[in-house]
Amino acid sequence: MKGKALPKQFLIKNGDIIDPVKGERFIGSVLISSGRIEKVGKRISANGATVYDAGGKVVTHGFCDVHVHFREPGREDKETLATGAEAAIAGGFTQVCAMPNTEPPLDSPESIRFIVEKAADLPIKIHPIGAISVGQQGKELTELGAMAQEGAVAFSDDGIPVMDSGVMRRVLEYAGPLGMPVINHAEDLTLKLDGQMHEGSWSTRLGLAGIPDVSESIMVNRDLELASMTGGRLHVPHVSSAKSVEWIRGAKAGGLDITAEVTPHHLFFIDEDLHSFDTNYKVAPPIRTENDRQVLMTAVKDGTIDCIATDHAPHTVEEKEAPFDWAPCGMIGLESAFGAAWKVLSGLGMNLEEVIHCFTINPRLVMDFEEDLFSAGIEAELTILDPDEEWTFAEEHIHSKSRNTPFAGESLKGRIKATITGGKIFEL
Amino acid sequence: MGFLSNRHLLGLAETPKEDMEMILQHASSFREVLDRPIKKVPTLQGKTIVNLFFEDSTRTRISFELAQKRLSADTVNFSAGSSSLKKGESFKDTAQNIEAMKIDCIVMRHPVPGAHIHLINYVNSVVVNAGDGTHEHPTQGLLDMMSLLEVKEKLDGLKVAIIGDITHSRVARSNIHGLVKMGVQVMLCGPPNLMPVNIEELGVTVNYDVDEVLEWADAVNVLRIQRERQGVSYVPSVREYRDLFGITRERVERLKKQITIMHPGPMNRGVEIDSDVADSENAIILDQVLNGVAIRMAVLYLLLGDQPEES
Repeated sequence: MKGKALPKQFLIKNGDIIDPVKGERFIGSVLISSGRIEKVGKRISANGATVYDAGGKVVTHGFCDVHVHFREPGREDKETLATGAEAAIAGGFTQVCAMPNTEPPLDSPESIRFIVEKAADLPIKIHPIGAISVGQQGKELTELGAMAQEGAVAFSDDGIPVMDSGVMRRVLEYAGPLGMPVINHAEDLTLKLDGQMHEGSWSTRLGLAGIPDVSESIMVNRDLELASMTGGRLHVPHVSSAKSVEWIRGAKAGGLDITAEVTPHHLFFIDEDLHSFDTNYKVAPPIRTENDRQVLMTAVKDGTIDCIATDHAPHTVEEKEAPFDWAPCGMIGLESAFGAAWKVLSGLGMNLEEVIHCFTINPRLVMDFEEDLFSAGIEAELTILDPDEEWTFAEEHIHSKSRNTPFAGESLKGRIKATITGGKIFEL
Repeated sequence: MGFLSNRHLLGLAETPKEDMEMILQHASSFREVLDRPIKKVPTLQGKTIVNLFFEDSTRTRISFELAQKRLSADTVNFSAGSSSLKKGESFKDTAQNIEAMKIDCIVMRHPVPGAHIHLINYVNSVVVNAGDGTHEHPTQGLLDMMSLLEVKEKLDGLKVAIIGDITHSRVARSNIHGLVKMGVQVMLCGPPNLMPVNIEELGVTVNYDVDEVLEWADAVNVLRIQRERQGVSYVPSVREYRDLFGITRERVERLKKQITIMHPGPMNRGVEIDSDVADSENAIILDQVLNGVAIRMAVLYLLLGDQPEES
C-alpha cells in the first residue's frame, strides 16, 4: 500500500466533520500544515494549499484498535508489524495496541523496546501491550514497571487466561498506581476444556465440544471483584456473552472504573454460522447465540461496552484448512471492522457519531491516549469514510498477510476512503 | 452417477427420508446376496474406493471393506493414527495425493467433527462418512434402522431408547436424525453430565430413570461407556454406572414385555450391558453387524453405481 506524502499545506474541504471530543458534527474543513493539524472549522481558506474535496464523506479522528495480534516476533509468516500496519490503514486505524502473545512473548522491557523501535518508522502508531506473567505462564509477574517505561501501554496474557486468581489480584494491585489497564482473556479453562464453539443447540447438533457462556462470565465476575478490591484498572476484552454484559453493567452502575470492548465479529455472527464447520469462524471466546449478539449490541448502545476492538488474529491458510478441532482460533478483522460494526449498529438505531466514538475517543480513553486529534499542533491522524456505501467484502480488500476471515462475501455498510497518518495520505 | 439426492453421504441430518428409504430397500436386497454361496456381485466393477481411516477401527473398516469386495470394487486401505496426521502432512495434502491416483470414492473415518465437510472442499471423489468424531456415523444409523425393521413391522410410531454417553456419541446423533425423520419416538437416557444441552430440539425426549425408559421402549440402543474422556471424569465408577444406567439381566427380567436390545459395539460386558442380556434372544447385536455390510453395499451402490441394479 502506497501512501502519498502530505504536501506542506493540505486542506480537506467540504467534509462532514465529526468531532468526537467536542461532540460536534458540521460541514467544514481541516487544514494540515507540515503534517500537523493547524485548524478544524466550518470555513477555512488557505492560499496555495493542496485541496482534497471530501464532499459527501465523513472526516473524523483516526481509529484506534486496542486489541490486535501482529505476530512479530516469531510468526512473521502470518503478519509483521509492517503488514499489520497496512491492514490497519485499510481499516481507517492510525493507532493499534499489539498483544504480547508473540514467539517469544513480549514479557520483558527488551521485547517491548523491540516493538517500539521496529514500529517507529511505520506510518501508524503501534503500542505494545506487555505480558502479565513470564512466558505467559500465569505464575510469575513480569517486570511491569520497566515494561511501562519502555512503552508498554497495558498488560495482558491475552490468548491465555490468567487462571490463578492470586496472580490476577497481584497484577491489578501492582499496575493500578502505574495507571495501566490490565486485560485478562476471560475464559475459565476448567469449563472450556477442549471446547471448540459456543455450547448450545449448534454444538449439540454438530458434535463439536461446547464452551459454555459461563466460562467467560464467571471469570469476568471474578476479575470485576478483584478490580473492585484492588482499585486496579480492569479492561475486559472481546466480551462475547450476555451474562458477561450483565456483570459489567452492574459493576459500572456501582461506580467501578472499568472498561470493556467487543469485536465486530461477535456483533455480526452467531453460532449457527458454524454449521458448515468453517474454521474461519473459530475464535476465542467463541461466537455465541443470536440472543448474546443482541445483548452485545445493546451494550454498545448504552455504553456498557466502551469500544470496538478487532482482535485481529492472522493465521496461515494451511493452519485454517485443518479439521475444526485442530485449527487455531482467530480471524483477521481490521479491514472489515468499521463496515461490519456500522452495518449492525446502524440497524439497531445507533447514529454515526455514537459508533465513531467506539472507534476513536473511547478506545483512547481506555488506554489513556491523547484523545483530541483535532487539537492544533497534533500530528495529523484522520479517517475519511463514506458511511452510506454498501459493499461486499472480498479477498481483494485484505491487506493483512493472512486471509482468515469469514467476512469475505458479507455485505458491509460504510467504507474507508482515506487514512491520514504518519505524514501520509493513503487513499483506498 | 448416483441415485441419491446428495452426492456424498456425510450425515443423516442432511439425508432426506426418501434417500434413507431407498438405502434400506436396496440393503435388504443386498442382504440376500450375503446369504448366497457366492457372495459377490459385479455392481461396482472397475470402481476404486479408498478407505481412509484416521482413527482406529476394526469392525467398521472390515465392514466397509467387505461391502466393497462383495460389490467387486477395487479397494485400498490407508490407516494413520490421528497424532501423526496432526503433526505431519496436512489433511488436505493426504486426501489430494490419494485422489491424484485416480479413485472414485473415499470412505473416511476421522476423529474431528466435520472433517468430511472439509474433505469435500479438497477432493472431487464421492465421500462416505465412516464416523467423524462426535458428530455423525450415518451408516451405523442406517444399519440400526435396518436391524429394527427386521424385527419390527415398521419404524413409524416405534419407541426407541438410546442409553449412555450421548454427548460423545456419533452413533446417537445419527440415530436421532435418522429415526426422528422415520417417525420413531426417541428417548435418551444416560448420565446427566453426558447429555448435550438443548438435545430436545432434535425432536427427542430425555429421561434419566433407566427403568422408566425400559418400560416405555420397544427397543433400546445401548452405547459404549467410558468413565473418563481426555482426563476428565464423568462417571464416578463402573459399579455406579451399572447400578444407575446398566442394562442388567435383573432390569430386563423385571419387564413384563419383550424388548429389542441393540449395541453398536464394542461392548463393555458387565458395564453398560450384562452378558446375559447381550447374548439373549432379544439381542440383535450380531444382526446389526451383518446388516452393516448390506447397508454399506447399498450406500456405495447408490452413490457410485452407473445403472439400476438388475436383480
